[in-house]
Amino acid sequence: MSRYANDRSAIAALVRPTEVHRDIYIDEEVFQLEMKHLFANSWVFVGHDSQTPSKGDYFTTEIGTQPVIMVRHTDDQIYVLHNRCPHKGTKIAIDRAGNTGKFFRCPYHAWSFKTDGCLLAIPLRKGYKDTGLEESESVKGMASVGAVKNYRGFVFARLAPEGVSFEDFFGDSLSSIDNMVDRSPVGRLEVAGPPLRYMHRCNWKMLVENQTDTCHPMVAHESSAGTAIKLWEEMDKPEGTKKPMAMEVIAPFMSSYEFFENMGIRTWPNGHGHTGVHHSIHSDYSAVPGYFEQMVEAYGEEKARAILGENRHNTVYFPNIMIKGPIQQLRLFQPISANKTLVESYIYRLVGAPDMLLQRTAMYNRLINAPTSMVGHDDLEMYERAQEGLHSDGLEWVNVQRLYQPGEDFEVEAIENGTTERQMRNQFDAWAKYMTMTMQEAGQ
Amino acid sequence: MSAPSRDDLIDFIYNEARMLDDSRFDEWLDLWTPDGLYWMPLEYNQQDENLVTSLLHEDFFMMKLRVERFKGERTFSQKPKTRCHHVIQRPFVDKMDADAGEFVTHTAFHYVETRLDDQTLLAANARHDLVLVDGRLKIKRKRVDLLNSDAAFGNIQMFL
Repeated sequence: MSRYANDRSAIAALVRPTEVHRDIYIDEEVFQLEMKHLFANSWVFVGHDSQTPSKGDYFTTEIGTQPVIMVRHTDDQIYVLHNRCPHKGTKIAIDRAGNTGKFFRCPYHAWSFKTDGCLLAIPLRKGYKDTGLEESESVKGMASVGAVKNYRGFVFARLAPEGVSFEDFFGDSLSSIDNMVDRSPVGRLEVAGPPLRYMHRCNWKMLVENQTDTCHPMVAHESSAGTAIKLWEEMDKPEGTKKPMAMEVIAPFMSSYEFFENMGIRTWPNGHGHTGVHHSIHSDYSAVPGYFEQMVEAYGEEKARAILGENRHNTVYFPNIMIKGPIQQLRLFQPISANKTLVESYIYRLVGAPDMLLQRTAMYNRLINAPTSMVGHDDLEMYERAQEGLHSDGLEWVNVQRLYQPGEDFEVEAIENGTTERQMRNQFDAWAKYMTMTMQEAGQ
Repeated sequence: MSAPSRDDLIDFIYNEARMLDDSRFDEWLDLWTPDGLYWMPLEYNQQDENLVTSLLHEDFFMMKLRVERFKGERTFSQKPKTRCHHVIQRPFVDKMDADAGEFVTHTAFHYVETRLDDQTLLAANARHDLVLVDGRLKIKRKRVDLLNSDAAFGNIQMFL
């Protein structure tokens, strides 16, 4: 029985000002509609252009659940193509990355395509003579996604051919990407190794919401961060021993409610937002020798201080990534089904900056976001319990009410108390907007 | 122990696995040198320890933190507890330098972790760098390479 397909009102009714219906998390039909509408209408992160540095380099991934290939064409531009042979549907590439030379060749019947997707050749082409092949879908080659934008190395795509522009979709939220890239003295990032890949048996939105949930760290992570602090205090060590890097990374998770309240949350239109407006858990890392001098050399002292003075914690780019500017990390929440999400956590090198920064970033990634990470175990336990608990018929709604103000307008940028759930409400406002913009009313 | 025999080295590896399977973690910590390092790479044949992410790259403090966390009252991912099981092949002794007090073993093993209704099976190789400290063998370094280190995993909560 279809409850939601082609029923714009039914979808819109799942989001109320202070609560959302559980079907948003657990219903497979809603999930399929997210893939068809939300992930087609919004700008979704694909990859970083340093993953395909040379012509012919490609990288395979998914936009929502759509398999795509990101490839660098002979014109040095990044193209994003549907990973499907237009002949029989065979995936053109299945390895995570590689170099295909000047063209893709389907391994099934050797149809070949330029790296911008155009059909190059079909073996024994005379067999299609007078069959009307030139009128077919197949002759167009590998289909491109609707639109592609490479923003300072970060490649985003919109599946739908028509829709909101990249600039209108992200607006001022791009300042977080800018800050992350500006932290390189030469203004460039490079991907550093493969991502951590962590499978979660929960809905993708739980992960996105958690990025700006500042009332869970001191509770859910007491087991890891709290124990770390206790162990460090009890340890027999000489007076003035410097905190190890791991402690600097993990201890701030136990910061007080007051700390998180004062840290602030900013929301932007279209579901984007970030924690850490005034300070964050990344504020008090030790200085890395030589780095500030490099930044002053590159930007001048005033601008260098402004760049490094930003300590944005988590910036959510709706729908499904989060970046940490101060440590050059990006997490991709890849939806697989209503109750399954693959989390890929990437790190980037600040080109021209000391290696010690990348070392801290790599450490952060494995301490917090690995399938072997204690902090990761703390979080996943909560998501999976929630995914199961939502099947209870005792209640059908999930609460997102903290510091709600009647008449909230998400079309306006706002800065609020750091423990507000406004950013979650902002995401759901955008969710309803991008879900329903291409939907019909029931019966039409 | 003056100079360990091959059997001493092999027994050491088997005993370590049994300690982990029996959840005797404090005893297990006692097998390590204070500067011990436990490394589980993310990439197949990974060479770089610091500038590429690993699954684990932890010093003694972090290992001890994991052990203390297992015992915590509010460690919800360990309520109920995870259990683990190692099936190890007879270790190869790759280096036996009694004069320097340095020994290296290579051990292929299968590892099972279970909690509630889930069970995960992993295949891996372990390299142990062992040293003699006050006549006792200690682990200075342990490298665990998962056969599918680049795959997407759910939780891996215990020590391999």
